[in-house]
Amino acid sequence: MTTIETTNEHDEGATRRDFLNVFAVVGSAVGTAAFVWPLVDQMNPAADTLALASIEVDLSAVEEGQSVKVKWRGKPVFVRHRTAAEIATAKADDGASDLKDPESDADRVTAGKEQWLVMVGVCTHLGCVPLGQQGEYGGWFCPCHGSHYDTSGRIRKGPAPKNLEVPSYSFLSDTRVLIG
Amino acid sequence: MAHGPTFEPKNSVLKWTEERLPIFGLIHGSLGPGYPAPRNLNYWWNFGSLAGLCLVIQIITGIILAMHYTPHIDMAFDSVERITRDVNYGWLMRYMHTNGASMFFIAVYIHIFRGMYYGSYKAPREMLWMLGLVIMLLMMATAFMGYVLPWGQMSFWGATVITNFFSAFNDLYAGSGNGDGLGDMVVSLLLGGFSVDNPTLNRFYSLHYLLPFVITGVVILHIWALHIPGSNNPLGIDMKGKQDKIPFHPYYTAKDGFGVFVFLAIFAMVIFYAPDSMGHPDNYIPADPMVTPAHIVPEWYFLPFYTILKSFTIDFIITAKFWGVIAMFASIILLFFLPWLDSSKVRSAQFRPVFRFFFWVLLVDLVVLTWIGAKSADEIIFMDIQAVTIGQVATFWYFFHFFFLLPVLSRVEKTLPLPESIASAVIKDKA
Amino acid sequence: MLKAKTILVALTAVTTVAFGVGAAGDSIEMKKKEWQFDGPFGTFDRPAAQRGFQIFREVCSSCHSLKYFKFRNLSGLGYEDDMIKAFAAEYEVVDADPDEYGDEKIRKGEPKDAIPAPFANENAARASNGGAFPPDLSLITKARADGPNYLFSLMTGYVEAPVGTDVPEGMHYNKYFIGHNIAMASPLSDGIVTYEDGTPETLDQYAYDITNFLHYVAEPKLEERHALGLPVMMFLFFMIGVTYLVNRKIWKPVKEGKTLWHHGDD
Repeated sequence: MTTIETTNEHDEGATRRDFLNVFAVVGSAVGTAAFVWPLVDQMNPAADTLALASIEVDLSAVEEGQSVKVKWRGKPVFVRHRTAAEIATAKADDGASDLKDPESDADRVTAGKEQWLVMVGVCTHLGCVPLGQQGEYGGWFCPCHGSHYDTSGRIRKGPAPKNLEVPSYSFLSDTRVLIG
Repeated sequence: MAHGPTFEPKNSVLKWTEERLPIFGLIHGSLGPGYPAPRNLNYWWNFGSLAGLCLVIQIITGIILAMHYTPHIDMAFDSVERITRDVNYGWLMRYMHTNGASMFFIAVYIHIFRGMYYGSYKAPREMLWMLGLVIMLLMMATAFMGYVLPWGQMSFWGATVITNFFSAFNDLYAGSGNGDGLGDMVVSLLLGGFSVDNPTLNRFYSLHYLLPFVITGVVILHIWALHIPGSNNPLGIDMKGKQDKIPFHPYYTAKDGFGVFVFLAIFAMVIFYAPDSMGHPDNYIPADPMVTPAHIVPEWYFLPFYTILKSFTIDFIITAKFWGVIAMFASIILLFFLPWLDSSKVRSAQFRPVFRFFFWVLLVDLVVLTWIGAKSADEIIFMDIQAVTIGQVATFWYFFHFFFLLPVLSRVEKTLPLPESIASAVIKDKA
Repeated sequence: MLKAKTILVALTAVTTVAFGVGAAGDSIEMKKKEWQFDGPFGTFDRPAAQRGFQIFREVCSSCHSLKYFKFRNLSGLGYEDDMIKAFAAEYEVVDADPDEYGDEKIRKGEPKDAIPAPFANENAARASNGGAFPPDLSLITKARADGPNYLFSLMTGYVEAPVGTDVPEGMHYNKYFIGHNIAMASPLSDGIVTYEDGTPETLDQYAYDITNFLHYVAEPKLEERHALGLPVMMFLFFMIGVTYLVNRKIWKPVKEGKTLWHHGDD
């Protein structure tokens, strides 16, 4: 900027910036800015990555009291077929005073399919994978820094701030669930 | 240097910065109003800034491609396909990079020929010229290694053929003939194995990423060396008075800006409408060490040198192959001696009619060398003359021009009278 | 401006030479077809490409793979998501992960999968094809000079060998194949594929359709490229005009011979 003005003051020849110069400078700036978008967008997930962004899981072989761990978007997802006792405990604890991130069990499962608990198996503290059916609440326990989750995957004790995340999912049939 | 006015900061922020890091002064004095340029530079002088633009484009798109590319022989081809098919704007980045290499060579070759025509290599610009040649050599190495990365058939066989040049050193020490000659040792050192393979691909990738930054360093030296004597000009005479000079900014920044958009328009036409036209179809076939393509052809910018390599067909003291390799490297290295091979005091071809004639002959010769480079040796061109014969004549002429014609010409040629000053020549023209 | 024109001409010439060199080669004259995807505004002929996909499934896929083409890419040819899923589900694919016993897990195809290759590996392919290897066709129109015309010519180029030509056992004479002896027997002939949309079931039509499909497979971003090219070119031409005018205006005093350098005493 300064350099342009210096010239204009000294040089009789160079005309002051008129609309043409503005066009040239603004045009170049707009062109450069437009070119930046592809440079940024290329870092977003590519088409093949997005194609893997949702998965279907077959639940027919998961008996009551069993869990399966599936990989979704590079992270583990827990699908647990809960026992009646586990559901009862989870519902009973809805009002417990040690819930750090209060949430009712009903909000974490699909109505009518309360036996299926689907969660991203990543501890909300620092990203470790918690161990199933362990810890003081019979739910999940993260060995890294000692976070205890209950049978609904809610944080009850330890450093983790949030309940285990429930991904968006839907039942395609009684035995098939689409995650993502 | 710095013949111009010193930079005077206008406000306190600039002043504060300038006292600690005189970067605005540097820009002011090298590309701004503080740098005096001859008033008569023509459009051929645009190609320096265009080459710089190409380098920037190559580095930006290259860094992005490196985010998605996998340097492994089993995955390289697939990862390049993934870039063109699945990565957002990946096709744009890839086509910009592959065609950008060609555009870079076009800009640099024109830049070099401009320097040859107007005698820009002569005193006091020898260092500028030689640094430019170093940039060209680094570009060639970078382009060659980059072409290997997609791991197509041409990548693989191009790498095989070019690295095999060095097996010519077996002429110096053949060993027992079981792969322990000097050439064999050099080749296996370069390849990291006995053939072009994964170690080769990995080291080429590493160096292909590194060299552009080395080029950037030499470009800075090149511009530094330019600013000591200042730009040459179409008349080839030095700037004398105020009348000969104009400030670089705004005159040449505006002219370069115009050139940039013309160049980008041509570049964009290639990218959007003919992205594969400069490539070879065989490079869309994954590399196969068991099958050689019918014709192995290097990229177009290597073709003149490839013809020179192929032109030596008779063993004489050393093998024909060794002669070819020596001649190929000599054809580039001799350019370093151009300032001394041509001892004429007159720079511009405008005042050297005979030199000018032979300059155009040399240019035609190089077009012939390029054209023959893409032919197979025994292809009949016309009557019953084979491609190799024409290549040999063109090769002979190339060396004859530099080693005989130029030294003799510069001593005997009668040059035209030079104008008194740039201003007197160009302003009189207008009147 | 005369100089500028010369340079523009030179630049265009050098670029053209640079292009031309790559295309050189001792080629057999190919049949030239008009392709809808050619030219700066070219787009894919979707009905033809869809018929080509049918030909690929019914004929080509028994020997040739298409490893870079995923079922999800069919959306670019105008298929809806549920149709793509249905197409994919017709195939059985081997999952990337083994099942719980460590054996291959066979499941139904999904949009993310490629059409399963007909042979497990190159050796298996050669064993079943008299020693010849049917190449992957994902890039076939880009991996041959003048690819689409070449493919069309090859498909329609099976003729009687000229008198005196010796066609080896197991080979077939094709006018457009390099060396003329090709291991693949003529894959297409009139009526071999039944079209549901009433398109003529002729060899020429089949060859046209399969070429449209395979060119989409080779260059799926062609339409996106052409679509982006137009605004970019318009912008660049506009900027050429603007910077030309700015440049002319700025240079006026220089052309008039004015002295514009006022520093120092040299």
